[in-house]
Amino acid sequence: MRRWSVLIALLVALLGLTVWITSMDKVGIYSVATWETLANETMNHLEMVFIAVLIAISIGVPLGILITRPGFKKSALPVIGTAAVGQSIPSLAIIAIMLPLLGLGLRSAIVALVIYALLPVLRNSYAGIRKIDPAIIEAARGMGMNRTQIARKIELPLARPVIMAGIRICTVITVGTAELAVLVGGKGLGAITFKGVFAMEPLLILQGAAPTALLAIALGFMLERIESWMTPRGLKVEAEIA
Amino acid sequence: MIKLEKVTKIYPDGTEAVKEVSFKVEKGELCVLLGPSGCGKTTTMKMINRLIPITSGKIYVDGMDITKVDGNELRRNMGYAIQEIGLFPHMTVGKNIETVPALKGWPKAERKRRTDELLELVRMTPEEFKVKYPSELSGGQRQRVGLARALGSDPPILLMDEPFGAIDPITRAELQNEFLRIQQEIKKTIIFVTHDIYEAIKMGDKIALMKEGRLVQYGSPADLIYRPKDKFVEDFVGVDRALKGLQLIRVKEVMTASPPTIKTDEKLIAAEERMKHEGIDWLVVVDDDGKFLGWLSLSDLGKGERVSEAMRPSSVTATANTVLNEALSLMLSSGLITLAVVDRDNRPEGVLSFDDIRRGLSEVSQGESR
Repeated sequence: MRRWSVLIALLVALLGLTVWITSMDKVGIYSVATWETLANETMNHLEMVFIAVLIAISIGVPLGILITRPGFKKSALPVIGTAAVGQSIPSLAIIAIMLPLLGLGLRSAIVALVIYALLPVLRNSYAGIRKIDPAIIEAARGMGMNRTQIARKIELPLARPVIMAGIRICTVITVGTAELAVLVGGKGLGAITFKGVFAMEPLLILQGAAPTALLAIALGFMLERIESWMTPRGLKVEAEIA
Repeated sequence: MIKLEKVTKIYPDGTEAVKEVSFKVEKGELCVLLGPSGCGKTTTMKMINRLIPITSGKIYVDGMDITKVDGNELRRNMGYAIQEIGLFPHMTVGKNIETVPALKGWPKAERKRRTDELLELVRMTPEEFKVKYPSELSGGQRQRVGLARALGSDPPILLMDEPFGAIDPITRAELQNEFLRIQQEIKKTIIFVTHDIYEAIKMGDKIALMKEGRLVQYGSPADLIYRPKDKFVEDFVGVDRALKGLQLIRVKEVMTASPPTIKTDEKLIAAEERMKHEGIDWLVVVDDDGKFLGWLSLSDLGKGERVSEAMRPSSVTATANTVLNEALSLMLSSGLITLAVVDRDNRPEGVLSFDDIRRGLSEVSQGESR
């Protein structure tokens, strides 16, 4: 209950801030972005996040599961290690390094976002499968399930909540990182924020930053609901008791 | 039914987990694989359903070499029960039990009927428990579900890996008794792994005692207790082997049947006559329906005129199926030197004395069959 009220208060505050700044005419000598610009850049932002997350999921989930399979287990550490390197580089540096490699444009922005977002999806997919009690898998084998049946009926349903959590974290991170896309020729709310940065005008910065935070919180919350909805009831009961 | 011939398991790293183990389990028998941890008992069991591949040797089930059939098919025809943690946490009790029937492609109605039947067998109300999740059950209930699941498609063979291991002693004893009752009904051929000698003696028709991958002794519980092959078996059974032997005998095997009885309204003079005639110093007192009320002993005869005035009421009784260690414990704790054995209607069927117990023990230890 308390969590809800904090969440709603935060969303209302961010929304209020955005509306307040946008309804101003000028801040100092600078004009603020129009409603139309704000709406367009929000859509651009969402589009970039959506594409990057989709790519991160379609690489991270299968790869994360693959490295739990016998025969690929040895590659788990190098694969996760590589992905971790991607995230340990500052996001600004990753975005910047795309410039000489892929040139200016949306493509550079998206590749950088994917590199940065891959780790949570990959790591959670891997951990979701690995943390399943081996006794459960053995019971399934002992009852005559083949590998495909074990993967489909036991491993995936049990790992699903953890994988979904990875996707949620990845989305929230990407919403934030996508602010930087504008530096390599991408679009999004970063365009508004950086105008403020170059003008050194806090209110202009906030006009881009506040809706970004709003998006991150709202998306995170939505995905959390989906996550809970996708969790098998037996596991939820377990969590409640524990 | 199940035959192992010089079965050996050597892991790739060179560890010899099981060395040339051979034994045979007849249809309907419960064979306990017993031994300290690391003795190879679980490995041996897992080779029977090919969860672990055999290095050398042969295993036959119903005369058929198990390496000649598909592993998954083989496992679907053998029930498999492990500790309670083996239940699928994301499936309801009903779905858990349906697992093997579903894999075998049984029609839905048939699966439902079987699930209800199995839940009844393990004494759980189907309507109540079918829809619950494992996390909503107690340890004992989970174990019952585990057993029901293993029996899912009515396989002729059951493999059980320390099924009652993770449960408190009281619930464990309850489940053991219940399992023995169920086994009387279903007569499966069972391989049962445990490290607990008491459980082995209680449950096993046969015990295979293993040590460091080798089969040390294979025989009935009485063989192990009274005819240990070597020092290891002797030590494993323990110094209290005579007491453990009591578990092997039921009251009906050693009691003195049809004891002399007397009714409460009879005269003490008549009682004295009966005692002299039978050459004993006690009588069992019953009511008009022949139900057990208590005892009348020789020393009480001077306490009045009729039996009702002199008798000593007692409610401590055993049944014909009580095992001797429980009966003996009743006698020691109540101070009785003879224990009344009653039937379901509380009518005396016999009496048990310390002499009877001693006689029964010496018979078993001299190798007469149970």
